[in-house]
Order: sequence, then structure tokens, then C-alpha cells
Amino acid sequence: MAQGQTDEFSTPEIRPEHAVEFWGLSRTFVMGRGRTVQALDDINYAIGHGQCLAVVGESGSGKTTLARIVVGLERPDAGTVVLNGHEVRFGASRKNRRTRSRLVQMVFQDPQGSFNRRLPAGAAVDEVLRAHFPEMGRRARRSQMLRLFADVGLEEQHADALPAALSGGQKQRVAIARALAAEPTIMVLDEAVSALDVSVQAQVLQLLKRLRHERGLTYVFITHDLSVVREVADAVLVMRYGRVVEAGPVSQVLDSPEHPYTRLLIDSAPRPGWKPQRNLRSRLLGAET
Amino acid sequence: MPQSLVKPSSRISVVAGRAHRRLGTLGMVCVTIIAVIVLTTLLAPLIAPYGPYEGSVADRHLAPGVNHLLGTDQSGRDVLSRVIWGARSSLLGPLIVIVVTAVLATAIALTAAWYGGRVDSFLGRVLDVLFAFPNILLAILAIAIFGPSLLTASLALAIGYVPYSARVIRSVALRERNLPYIAAARMQGIYGFVITVRHILPNVWPQILTGMTINFGYAMIELAALSFLGLGVQPPNADWGLMVSSGQSSLLQGYPEQSVAAGLAIVVTVAAFGYIGERLGGRRAAGRVR
Amino acid sequence: MLTIDNLELSITDPDTGRVSEILRGNSLTLAAGEALGLVGESGSGKSMTLQCVLGIEPPGSSVGGRIELEGRDLRALRGEELRRTRAEDLALIAQNPHSVLNPVLPVGKYLMEGMSEARSMPKARARLRSSELLRSVGIEESERVLRSYPHQLSGGMLQRVVIAGAISAQPKLLLADEPTTALDVTTQAEVAAILDEKRREAEMSMIFVSHDLDLAAAVCDRLAVMRYGELVEIGTPEEIRDAPQHEYTRELMNARPKLHPEEA
Repeated sequence: MAQGQTDEFSTPEIRPEHAVEFWGLSRTFVMGRGRTVQALDDINYAIGHGQCLAVVGESGSGKTTLARIVVGLERPDAGTVVLNGHEVRFGASRKNRRTRSRLVQMVFQDPQGSFNRRLPAGAAVDEVLRAHFPEMGRRARRSQMLRLFADVGLEEQHADALPAALSGGQKQRVAIARALAAEPTIMVLDEAVSALDVSVQAQVLQLLKRLRHERGLTYVFITHDLSVVREVADAVLVMRYGRVVEAGPVSQVLDSPEHPYTRLLIDSAPRPGWKPQRNLRSRLLGAET
Repeated sequence: MPQSLVKPSSRISVVAGRAHRRLGTLGMVCVTIIAVIVLTTLLAPLIAPYGPYEGSVADRHLAPGVNHLLGTDQSGRDVLSRVIWGARSSLLGPLIVIVVTAVLATAIALTAAWYGGRVDSFLGRVLDVLFAFPNILLAILAIAIFGPSLLTASLALAIGYVPYSARVIRSVALRERNLPYIAAARMQGIYGFVITVRHILPNVWPQILTGMTINFGYAMIELAALSFLGLGVQPPNADWGLMVSSGQSSLLQGYPEQSVAAGLAIVVTVAAFGYIGERLGGRRAAGRVR
Repeated sequence: MLTIDNLELSITDPDTGRVSEILRGNSLTLAAGEALGLVGESGSGKSMTLQCVLGIEPPGSSVGGRIELEGRDLRALRGEELRRTRAEDLALIAQNPHSVLNPVLPVGKYLMEGMSEARSMPKARARLRSSELLRSVGIEESERVLRSYPHQLSGGMLQRVVIAGAISAQPKLLLADEPTTALDVTTQAEVAAILDEKRREAEMSMIFVSHDLDLAAAVCDRLAVMRYGELVEIGTPEEIRDAPQHEYTRELMNARPKLHPEEA
């Protein structure tokens, strides 16, 4: 267990007030020629309903693997994920996927790749509605799709446009609408605003905050950007090389970080009046590689 | 909808304009050539001045003239008519080849791309083995077993073409399969088959089409070669490859009409398909770099 | 040293024939040894400005206006003169180091080639000098790195190699196009610090293109804020931070979430 976990966030146990719990999650990838990478090493954490947990780290920290395990796109070697008090099954069966995707949905980083470029944007939402609500007719799905589009700040014309005709921000809004279509209680946002321009990023962050409060959603927010963490999250896991180096409420971790790596991340982030320092890493982390 | 207000004639010109940008002027010429050849094939009974087997030995090796625009062959049959009738089997063979190739290659490629891992490497091995056989050799082997016919030759060639096409399609399909929207669909518990047909297939379709166009030319040449060797279409049927071959002795006697006419038909058709295929494929490859 | 006068750029789409204006008559000057940050969001024309200076704008472009480097009209240069100016006076650090480095050659070759070609240095000296250069950009295991191929090294490491190469050619003007955008934050800070330090030591001028106003402010003497192909504001980082003149500059600064609440 990482240090610095002191309060209600620290020890997971299946409790009804938890929306998401990770129990000893580990995952190793075999890279060929016998080389392995430990993407996740014994991750334990829990967050309550309606909370936003940010998972921060640099590339190779394992944060994306964690996200993919939560939504069932990847399996852990060991450990379990508990969603809304139910232990999640990791079988790749269609039924397991369908059950889980009613609980948790995901928004991806790449706005381009998030859509079939040959189908209008609305088709992506329609596909999810069709999968989860087979009783809905074509008309009902269309009006539900338009309702979702309106909820994320888009109009009917956007639903009929091809993805290429939409801006990056609009595409991410469609991706959010697609995730909401399954009426999940939990959303995993994998660097969902990272590819966007700052002004667009601000708008999408506002949208995500509003949706969380209106719908009582729980967020697992994967990001490399600490200022985004400050903006949206209640709690934060700082990950490095597959391990949690520090975890806790956002204000505690960002204002008085205990782990030197967290310190390094904070001091490396550009902000007004900031100057880059060449030897910050070795000064904070010593001789480790 | 604004489209429905557009007059059909101008809609055609829009499509033609788009095709022109895509294929270039020479490409449009190729399309026209192919269209003319296909039309000629379909309308052979109306266009051809004589039947394919019509003629008497008394009329053999007549020089081109008013009655026989391209002269007659060693059996006194009208060369022009035989070129027109021969287009049927000459085009049908490659058509069988490309359709069979596309179906098999697409099925293998999509299966490999979807399942990945062991399935992918197993299918890769199978294709490697097929790769090792030269196409013509494979065809000759099949013909040795099943006897010479257009169908046998076409099917055998198709199998030989599968590895090439499957590799290209697989790599494009794999890239598509790894995009997040496929993950999003998979998450919802939608069948892999449904996702493949609904999303992946339409996005690899341009590659399949390009491959079919290019393969058509190759198949035509190789089938002509097999007919030339006496392993494909059998005499007295009219077939371009066969005509080149049976015109051989006449060629030596100084009557080149038959071989030249049939050979020219092959070259023009192959070149037209080849150019369009390269244009489609090259255009797409360039687009990817951008 | 560098004067950009009324730079215009429009691109004609070869398929549709539609013309889009990318740059709308921008002028700016750069003093010797000065670093200028071009800041803006996507589509602002910041990278295109850089490409015009290098003369590598995309096909279908038509460029208007003048770009002068020490009195020479860069856009009028042709052939050998153009090649020499690009090789000796300009150096590009692109966002993706792989676009600069040859994937089938060890990175040492890249460094040594630059050296021996420009000033016919013997091989052994070039190797020694490359090794020194790498150490000066913070690469300790310089010998191992010299022997490595691009795909064996991390993005941060490669970007340092590219910086080392750019510095060694002692160009007059460094053109950096989002050089740290693809890197992790901690690596970004290191690479930015090294770039800043080396540039100052060598007293080179630099155009630093970035979407990150705070990052550009940290390594530049002046910032130019761009939007939709227009230069909306230019000033020192302090002027821009404390008294932004243009509405858009204020928007850009406020849009960014704050890491520390007291920054607001």
C-alpha cells in the first residue's frame, strides 16, 4: 500500500457507499522475447458514489491499463474491481460486457478514432441505444439520441454530420453522449480533454462537471494534467511504473505532497511565472533511474 | 433534401467530376475503354458480324477487307468476331478469380485482425505456405488433378492470389480494429461479427476494391497464359489467350492478324485495369501520409 | 535579424479548388539572440508561420510578403544558396524527433554527419565532439546513446539528441515547433530547460511555437499571440501576463484551469 492514505479513501472493503473499488489489481504485459512490463502492481483504492477520482501519471504509469480494466477491455492478472457493490466478472463473454457497460462507460482520448468516419455522428449513439434498449423503436432511439445531443450542447445537424465535419470539441461531446446513452452510473474518462485546445478544453470540463452533478455520476478521470485534476477531482491517485505512489483528497495531495515524485510532477507543470529546471528530477528523486 | 432537387443529368456530371479528380484524364480514358469492352461483350450477338465458329477452310487467311475487317484465321473464321465473342471467357475468368480472391482474402484477413494473437499468427503461417507456391504452378497442379477448364484454372489462380490480398486487407483491418470506436462498440457487448461487418468491412472496402482492380489485370494475363499452354479454355472456343496460341503457326506463315488482334485486346484491357488500380491504390497511399 | 513583413499564406485545396486563408498579413521582427514565442490554438497559423520561414509550406500554398534573414530575402533564395542557408543558418526542432532522425542509422551518425559535412572534421574528433554534445544536454551514457537507433530511445532522449545536433551546427536561428508537446510533463520541463540554457549560451535567436502560453513565457523574451491566422498581440511575458491588451489573450489565460488556486 502506498503511504499517505489516511482517510475514508484508504482501505477498500465492499461497502454500499462505494461506487468503485479496486482490490489488489495487478497486470503484467509480455512484450515478446521474454521481456515483461508490470503495468499495474497491487492497486487498492475505493471511491464513493458521485465522486470524481483522478488518476494521474506519465506514460508507462499504468493509468490507461487501469481505465481499460475498469470498463472490461482488459483483464487483470490478479485482483478484482467492485462496481456499485458488485464484484465484476472479467470473462470476455458478451453478456458480461453488456451487464458491465450498463454500469460503466468510457470516453477515449482520441476524438478522431472515437468514431467510424463513414457513419454520421448520431449513429454512434444509436448503436449503444440499440445494444442496451432493444425494446426501443427507431423513432424512440432517434428522439433519445437527440435528447442526449442536446444535453451535451449539440444540435440535430451535428447528429447527421460525418465526424470529419465536427471539431475536436464537438467530437468529444458526441463521445460523452454515446457514453451517457447506456445510462451508466460510472464514467471512465481516459485523457478525454487532453487532445483539445485550451478554450475548448475548458468548455468540455464544464460540461463534464455539470453532467456529474445533474446525474450523480461517479468519474474515474485519467489524466496527465494536474491542473485538470484540481479543476474536476475530489481524490487523486498518483501513479508511477504501475504503482500508486501517493493517494488522497486533491487539496491534500496537491498542496502538501508527501512523495517526492508528486512534488516533481507539480513543479514540472508550466504555470504563470514558472521556469523549467534542468536537474529537478535528480534533486527530488536522487540517483534512482 | 437538396440532392433530390438536383437534376439527374447534373448529378451524373457531379459523379463524373469526382471520378475525374480521383482517376485523372488517363484514368477516365481507361474507364471508358473498360466500359466499351464490357458493352461489346454483352452485345456480342448484335455487334459481331459473324458467329464465333462460322467460316469455312476455303476462306482461311483472308487479308483484312470489307467483309472481314481483321481478316480470317486458319479455319476461315472472322478474327474480329472471334475477338468480340472471345471477350466473354477472357473477362469471365478474371472476374471469377477476383471475386473468389476477394471473398476468401477478406474472410481470412478480418478473422485474423479481429481475433489477433494465436489466430492471427496461425492464419499468417497458412498464408506463408501458400505464398511459397508460384501461382501458375498451383494452377497447373490443380488442372493436372481436375482436368483443364476455365473454372479450374480460375479457382486455382484465385487461391494463389489470396495471400497477397489477405495481407494488405489484414493490415488495414488491424489498424481499424485498434481504434477506440471499436473498443467502445465491444464494450457494449456487441457481437464481434456484427462489429466487423458494420464497422471494419466498410472501412477496408476501398482496399478490397483496389486489390480486385489490380488483380483483374494479372489474372487476365495468367489465364491467357494457361489457355495459351492449353490448360485453360479449350478449342474451338473463342478466347483471347487461346487465339494468341492457335495463331502461332499462322504467325510464322506471315498471317499475324489473329495473334496480334487477340494479344492487343489483352494488353489494352490489362493496361486499363492496371492503371485504374494503381491510381486508386496510389492515391490512397498518398492520402495516408498526409 | 529576422524580419517578417506582411506575411500572407493561402492554400488551395487541389480537390475542391477552395482557397483558405491561413495567414493574414502578419509582421514581426526578431533581434539577434532573442527568443520569440508564437502562441495560439490549433488553426491559429503559428506552425505555418514557421514553415514559411523554412520554405516548407504545404503544396498548393501561395505566400505573400517578405521574410528577411539578415537582409537576405529568404523566399527569393534558390538552389545552392537556399540549401546552404537552410543547412547553416537555420535549424528545426520538430514536435516529433522521428521526423528528423533516420530510423535505420544510429543517432551518432546523425550528429557526426552534421559536423563532418559542415566543417570537414575528422571522424574521431567528430565522435568525441558528439559525445561531449550529448553530455552537455544531460545525456550521461553518451557512448551508448550514440550507438543506439532512434526506436531504442525515448522521446525525451531523442529530442535532446536533436537539440544537441541543432546547437552543434551553430545556426543563427532556431525554429522550435512544439518541441516538448509529445513529452511527459517532467521530461518536458527538463528538455525545455536544456533548450533554454543551450540557446542562451550560444546566443542564438529562436522562434518557439507552442500552444502553452506559460511554457512559452518561461523560455521566451517576447510572446506573439495568434488566432485564426492573425497576430493579435505581442509583448514580453510579463506584459502579457499582467496587462493583456487583447480580449483573446485574456480568454486564453483564463481558460486554462489553475494548478494552484492562488494563481487566479
